[in-house]
Amino acid sequence: MNRDRLIMLIAGIVLAGAFAVLALLNDKFLQLLLAGLTNGSIYALIAIGFTIIYNATDVINFAQGEFAMMGALLAVALVGPSVGLPIWLAAILAVAAVTIISGLFEMSTFHLIKTPSVINMIIITIGASILFKGVAMKLSHKQDFPMKAFSGNEPIQLGSATITPQYLWVIGVTLVAVIILHEFYSRTVTGKALRACAHNPNASLLMGISVRRMVLFTFALSGALGAIAGVVITPIYIANYLMGKYIGLKGFCAAILGGIGSIYGAVVGGLAIGVLEALFAGYLSSGYKDALAFVVLLLVLFVRPQGFLGEPEQERA
Amino acid sequence: MSSLKRDYILLALLGLLVLTLPSWLDDPFYLDVIGKIGIFAILALGLNLVMGYAGQISLGHAAFFGMGAYGSMVLTITAESRLQDWLSSFKYMPEFLVSRAGAFQAFTAEHMVLAALLAAVFTGFVALLVGISTLRLKGHYLAMATLGFGIILEIVFKEEFELTGGTSGSSVPPFELFGKKFSPLGNEYFYLVWAVALVLFLFAIHLVHSRIGRALRAVRDDDLAAAASGVPVMKTKVIIFTVSAVYASLAGSLYAYMQSHVSASSFGFMESVSLVVMVVVGGMGSIWGSLLGVAVLYSLPQFLTELEDMEMAVFGLVLIVVLMVSPKGLAGIIDRGCQALIRAFKGKPV
Repeated sequence: MNRDRLIMLIAGIVLAGAFAVLALLNDKFLQLLLAGLTNGSIYALIAIGFTIIYNATDVINFAQGEFAMMGALLAVALVGPSVGLPIWLAAILAVAAVTIISGLFEMSTFHLIKTPSVINMIIITIGASILFKGVAMKLSHKQDFPMKAFSGNEPIQLGSATITPQYLWVIGVTLVAVIILHEFYSRTVTGKALRACAHNPNASLLMGISVRRMVLFTFALSGALGAIAGVVITPIYIANYLMGKYIGLKGFCAAILGGIGSIYGAVVGGLAIGVLEALFAGYLSSGYKDALAFVVLLLVLFVRPQGFLGEPEQERA
Repeated sequence: MSSLKRDYILLALLGLLVLTLPSWLDDPFYLDVIGKIGIFAILALGLNLVMGYAGQISLGHAAFFGMGAYGSMVLTITAESRLQDWLSSFKYMPEFLVSRAGAFQAFTAEHMVLAALLAAVFTGFVALLVGISTLRLKGHYLAMATLGFGIILEIVFKEEFELTGGTSGSSVPPFELFGKKFSPLGNEYFYLVWAVALVLFLFAIHLVHSRIGRALRAVRDDDLAAAASGVPVMKTKVIIFTVSAVYASLAGSLYAYMQSHVSASSFGFMESVSLVVMVVVGGMGSIWGSLLGVAVLYSLPQFLTELEDMEMAVFGLVLIVVLMVSPKGLAGIIDRGCQALIRAFKGKPV
């Protein structure tokens, strides 16, 4: 770890400590902080999805927010009166379905193109995002769907702040997902192969790793992460075919903020955006809340383009 | 035949086509669609200068489009004084500034061309600042910075409703030149739109064949090599970004008068994205590809409305398929078609 990143780390710890102290002293601050961490967890999940596809393909997948939207709508449909599954089963099925859809998307586009150019690939993901949104619009008749919380709406008293159990579900599920991902990337052969592909696809190919299969795998994994985010957030907000837009874009911001390519950076970026947004909306202006993530993004890009935890790019002639 | 000569011939043919169009296509619906194609062609052409020729991506171009549209609306609307209302909504705004703004706006309302030009100059100035600060970024970082800029402006358009009318929007008076009113749906306005479009096409054709055009391609292909050969890389990028924003602003002004209404939903992130899509599907680095991309992608949804809510899905699908089949977009398909024709005609490879 170089000096630069060490400074970022220390600054992060100091900042987190200051926030914790403030949260203990001030009720409103604690409340906003918890709401921010919840939203931030969602951004983090989406940002991880961006990151793992980016690592494998150099492509930013604009359909990432749509994975969350599809997961949410599918779960709502499966819980709904016409099917009537229990929530846990509906959630698992929805996530599985989106995983398959995402994999099929990769197989029908990326897999078939022999000489991919990054800009064309990005446009193809935009096309997929429009396609998914279009199908969802048709099937959902442009309606909003609420979903009941995983374990009731009995408010929990946390010190002086009140939260619903769903907040804990969101934060907890994200935490578990990140831990599983960490173990997967550092302990399994597939995880190590994925890291090798991110580092150098050609050398990986020479080592007998099927890079194409790994790309398929990252798409399926991103689809699953996106769908999980969509399913756990729906009881707090609402599901409709347009919900993917800001979730996707802010997840994208989070990925860049953290330093695109770094999974832990994505988590830090996601939480940072969520918390800043909640504080901004709570203390200053709720109208411009959605703009804040992008203002922060621009500032970071001007000052430190590689993000909080990214490595600066070296330019070679 | 040099490519400059070919471009002149194509431009003349296009002019002829547009000139005679209203006489044999006497259907307001088609004229409206083709008028809009003219407007979006200006936008796509401007963006293509940045993307196709200079190799820089902009995911926030709808913001410049919106600035042109809102600029023209604010400066020419007489039914209410949005500029005055907006300024007086600030706490410490001096009174004389508000009244000056009112007088200024009354003046520009009588000179609508001036209003559009002022909007274009202002947009160009903003683009200059944005360009200077963002264009040193590369690849995804540039995409992200321009995207961020576009979304911030989209939210500003929505939130500053005293000035812009917010999500419900604001009406725009009909365009007036030398005391003559142009009905937004009439043939005169159709001609005006296309006259502006053709002039801007001519300008772009000259630009890409000039020294700046060669500099742009050098920057696109390898910016280090370009810099080593004495091309001022940053300056070139900023110039073309500004030119492109001015194109977008002029298109925005034309759009506002044609719609006689502006609202925030026309200038959001999805618009920026669909502009990029039009450029890429048409063919990057191809002036005529921009026109083709717009013509196909703008008219497609108009005719897909019969599919009842499936138009969005079909649009996405078409997009994927075109890029899967031809990475160089529609211009690439046509190029290949022409080559095949020539081969068939001459009986030997060209």
